[in-house]
Amino acid sequence: MSRAILGKKLGMTRIFDESGNQIPVTVLQAGPCKVLQKRTPAKHKYSAIQIGFETVPSKKLNKPAKGIFEKLALKPQKYLREIRMTPDEVNEYKIGDDITVSIFEGVEFVDVIGTSKGKGYQGVVKKYGFAGNTKTRGTHEVRRHPGSIGNCEWPGKVFKGRRLPGQMGNKRITTQNVRIVKVDAEQNLIMLKGSVPGARGGLVMLQKALKKNKK
Amino acid sequence: MRALYDIEKKYLKEKVDPFRVGDTVRVHLRVIEGEKERVQVFQGVVIRRKGKGPTENFTVRKISYGIGVERIFPVHSPRVEKVEVVRSARVRRAKLYFLRKLRGKAARLKEA
Repeated sequence: MSRAILGKKLGMTRIFDESGNQIPVTVLQAGPCKVLQKRTPAKHKYSAIQIGFETVPSKKLNKPAKGIFEKLALKPQKYLREIRMTPDEVNEYKIGDDITVSIFEGVEFVDVIGTSKGKGYQGVVKKYGFAGNTKTRGTHEVRRHPGSIGNCEWPGKVFKGRRLPGQMGNKRITTQNVRIVKVDAEQNLIMLKGSVPGARGGLVMLQKALKKNKK
Repeated sequence: MRALYDIEKKYLKEKVDPFRVGDTVRVHLRVIEGEKERVQVFQGVVIRRKGKGPTENFTVRKISYGIGVERIFPVHSPRVEKVEVVRSARVRRAKLYFLRKLRGKAARLKEA
């Protein structure tokens, strides 16, 4: 069956387990997602399903988007994403099907894909943990500078991939192997151990962990 | 956020033993030793209570063989079986950190 679902980060808290240990958890609202479209090798040259998350009033959409949902006779959804899967897996779904968190029942680990919190344009000390220069002993105006960024006449250029100041955060981040603490299919909630990329209210995609669940 | 509050509520104790900063309390703690489980008591003065919901905790200070010992307990932990108030004192501040510097007679609190 399906391996991925869209959700929203609600926030973090902690809970007690049976033996009284405190576990830090992130609570997410996951789904329900609607299957909106199918991509088939015959027509699109790849196979996937498109799912939608969070019902919105139709006035929130523009005309092209409205058209999609009118054609499907489904309630408008705010977020649309495609999930790649094999043609056989695609055939297990019908358009209009609900995907709920119950797909993660019995699953131990998930991968979480989200957009990290934006931190703006940052220097190398914050962004990459460079040490900077000494704060005293005659250091003049270069306390948080990166230092040398390359050689001299040869090679006469700065190599690609050099870590330099720039935008930090607000980037797609995948956190792998996040442990599932609890799945509440009734309320469409899921609790994951530890943190998850993004701010509260941010959209995340959960999928069965690629590496850990392999047998 | 509302949902988060509701979820937290499920993990809280329905009734928390009432106690305040300044009270001398006996904290009944469930301890697991190997296979056996027994109740251990920690008696001292509550010098701090902070946080809310599942994060709420309090600090109990006592003098053990002449050495000050402080332990932090989560209020809602299932390991904290009960908190018994032995004596309560009238204090004017929320955090009694000043007790750390005091010994013996000077470390007494006015009884309420």
